[in-house]
Amino acid sequence: MIRVVLPSHLRVLAHIDGEVQLSIDGAVTQRSVLDALEVRYPVLQGTIRDHSTKLRRPFIRFFACEEDLSHEQPDLPLPERVASGAEPYLIVGAMAGG
Amino acid sequence: MSGVRVLVGTRKGAFVLTSDGKREQWDISGPHFGGWEVYHAKGSPADPDRLYASQSSGWSGQVIQRSDDGGKTWNAMGNEFSYDGTPGTHQWYDGTPHPWEFERVWHLEPSLDDLDTVYAGVEDAGLFRTTDGGKSWHELPGLRGHGSGKYWQPGAGGMCLHTIILDPVESNRMFTAISAAGAFRSDDAGETWRPVNRGLQSEGIPDPDAEVGHCVHRIAMHPSRPEVLFMQKHWDVMRSDNAGETWHEISGNLPTDFGFPIDVHAHEPDTIYVVPITSDALHYPPDGKLRVYRSRTGGDDWEPLTKGLPQEHCYVNVFRDAMSVDSLDSCGIYFGTTGGQVYVSNDAGDSWEAAASNLPAVLSVEVQTLS
Repeated sequence: MIRVVLPSHLRVLAHIDGEVQLSIDGAVTQRSVLDALEVRYPVLQGTIRDHSTKLRRPFIRFFACEEDLSHEQPDLPLPERVASGAEPYLIVGAMAGG
Repeated sequence: MSGVRVLVGTRKGAFVLTSDGKREQWDISGPHFGGWEVYHAKGSPADPDRLYASQSSGWSGQVIQRSDDGGKTWNAMGNEFSYDGTPGTHQWYDGTPHPWEFERVWHLEPSLDDLDTVYAGVEDAGLFRTTDGGKSWHELPGLRGHGSGKYWQPGAGGMCLHTIILDPVESNRMFTAISAAGAFRSDDAGETWRPVNRGLQSEGIPDPDAEVGHCVHRIAMHPSRPEVLFMQKHWDVMRSDNAGETWHEISGNLPTDFGFPIDVHAHEPDTIYVVPITSDALHYPPDGKLRVYRSRTGGDDWEPLTKGLPQEHCYVNVFRDAMSVDSLDSCGIYFGTTGGQVYVSNDAGDSWEAAASNLPAVLSVEVQTLS
């Protein structure tokens, strides 16, 4: 299972308590994880990625295994420790005031 | 028993204030959607328990919320606002073309008679509509596409469509207002539009007959007399007696004619309210005194309303969507401030009390009169 951690404001929006666990068929990539997340929680569509372009929103970041993956290509495989469930995939609200 | 429900949008969530017809004691619920900006929330005239709210944040964009039980519970609805076709460009601050980009929903205007139909005014300026209760939104492209759209420029607060008025008599007539493009009118239910800005004079626009470019802050209408419109412009308070065809100034003896909101008494179509603000550079009341000004003559002659409002060291602002009126026998007037106060007058402005004092900065105030 893939473990996904959302920022608190999105957990509240989607009525999520704690981590999300997702089962991914095929390659475990940022795109496949986010696609599966939005299928499970349609309310998150448009809040992490743009509806049409699927590009990351400017003040959302993606971390895993102590690496910032925000600028990685979305179809590259995620680290094995994320794919195995040993480490979570972190969706983070950037530090940007407010 | 009659009562009121006040929907307050703030920088950090929404609040619902309720009271009986006396409007003296208030119950406050919230924050709803805590931490998110709520630019606007409004109830359906067709069913007062059907509420819509615009929830947004710089991190996660736009969310539309809907309540079917008067604000006790909410459900997130569709949040995809895609401009029709190829969006094209408008003017950027430096005069260069800039692509149309959706930022947020500023204003939600539910249909007068269908609880599932709502109009949304958005930034970058455009008009959207849902007919399925908020599940899906589609642009009415005639507004942006009528010809002047490529010349529209943002104001300091962004290029927002902030005012939507539905004519209760001519059911196909609508008005919108955009900062900083001006006022627009449709006579065919939003399919086609034309600017209605004749008579507006704006500092910074050299052409006195400019069709667009005016920074209209707010327009108000009394439902019994929909051909009469009142406007708070960036500078100047204006009036039209012919559904926007021409405008004339009614600033009269106001201490300053800069401001944001304007509204009309529920039972007196010529009684109007504004909150003068010092200037476009000084977004707070003159002399540190928070004063609502009322005209009982449809403009020009104004009186300050101060009883219960701070008259020293007050440096808040009142945003364009942050004033509303109820329709009880003694008309209630409501406004919210950037200091987090919601002031209420249960006697048409003669006296005021704070229904809430320490909310986040208030972005919008809408009142529902409940039977």
